[in-house]
Amino acid sequence: MKAAVVVFPGSNCDRDVLHALRDVAGIETSAVWHKETSLPENTALAVLPGGFSYGDYLRSGAMAARSPILDAVRDHASRGGLVLGICNGFQILTEAGLLPGALLSNSSLEFICSPCLLKVERTDTPFTNAYRTGTVVQFPIAHHEGLFFLPDEELKDLENHGQVVFRYASADGTTGAEFSPNGALNGIAGIVNREGNVLGLMPHPERASEDLLGCSDGLGMWNSIKSWMEGR
Amino acid sequence: MHFRAHVLVSLKEGVLDTQGKAVLVSLKNMGHFNISEVRVGKSIVITIEAASKDEAARQVEAMCDDLLVNSLIESRSVTLEAF
Repeated sequence: MKAAVVVFPGSNCDRDVLHALRDVAGIETSAVWHKETSLPENTALAVLPGGFSYGDYLRSGAMAARSPILDAVRDHASRGGLVLGICNGFQILTEAGLLPGALLSNSSLEFICSPCLLKVERTDTPFTNAYRTGTVVQFPIAHHEGLFFLPDEELKDLENHGQVVFRYASADGTTGAEFSPNGALNGIAGIVNREGNVLGLMPHPERASEDLLGCSDGLGMWNSIKSWMEGR
Repeated sequence: MHFRAHVLVSLKEGVLDTQGKAVLVSLKNMGHFNISEVRVGKSIVITIEAASKDEAARQVEAMCDDLLVNSLIESRSVTLEAF
């Protein structure tokens, strides 16, 4: 089973994810140009990486969500395949309707590039099974549009279905809007779809996958995916 | 026939408008103390060739639904004129 990293014009974290998956986690991974209409054979995981696809024009992720490869990604998801969207990839997934919500400009009005602490709220997903529930991990964030937004009723629905996987937190695992660096509602940093096979998150696990980079908490995500693949 | 469509996209009420907030602060710093809110939207102008105004309108609505507007957070108004 393989992983595929989709490359859009303006993606800039594609090589980082490719390196983390292939060289660090040992998962066979290839890059796929966004104009392709199919994913490589035996793709188990499709990754939409971070960056500024289409220059963030119109709305972050809006144009990339209409790229030809997205039909293949949508089919892959509907067959139960894994889809991971990181940062701009998360924005693309919401724009494509594969995840609920929208990512608005940070409440501070600033681009934030900083390490941040996250509580792992769910460990029963293919992306987080190597973590212990309630663990606090450190992944960096680097974005201007990361304020997760959903209207009240839909937000309640999301919470009631336990779709929040990562929440901004303090070092002792306390959560709350006050720990959200970007003003995200309910401190939401990452969510899954109801089926649990599509995950989107603003922080970058691929930038925290080796001690050399200062932190290797992100390894848990790649190991989770690897053990999910091995269990198939 | 040629038409020009003006699509005005605004953030819905209740959706935080950080650009509007930043502009509000700047305007106040410039001495405009009597303003309480600024909302920033975007204007998209599309030149389109169609057999009728109705057909052009239908196509512009489809473009709004498919790409130009995210209806979760944005609302729109469209005006269409022949030229």
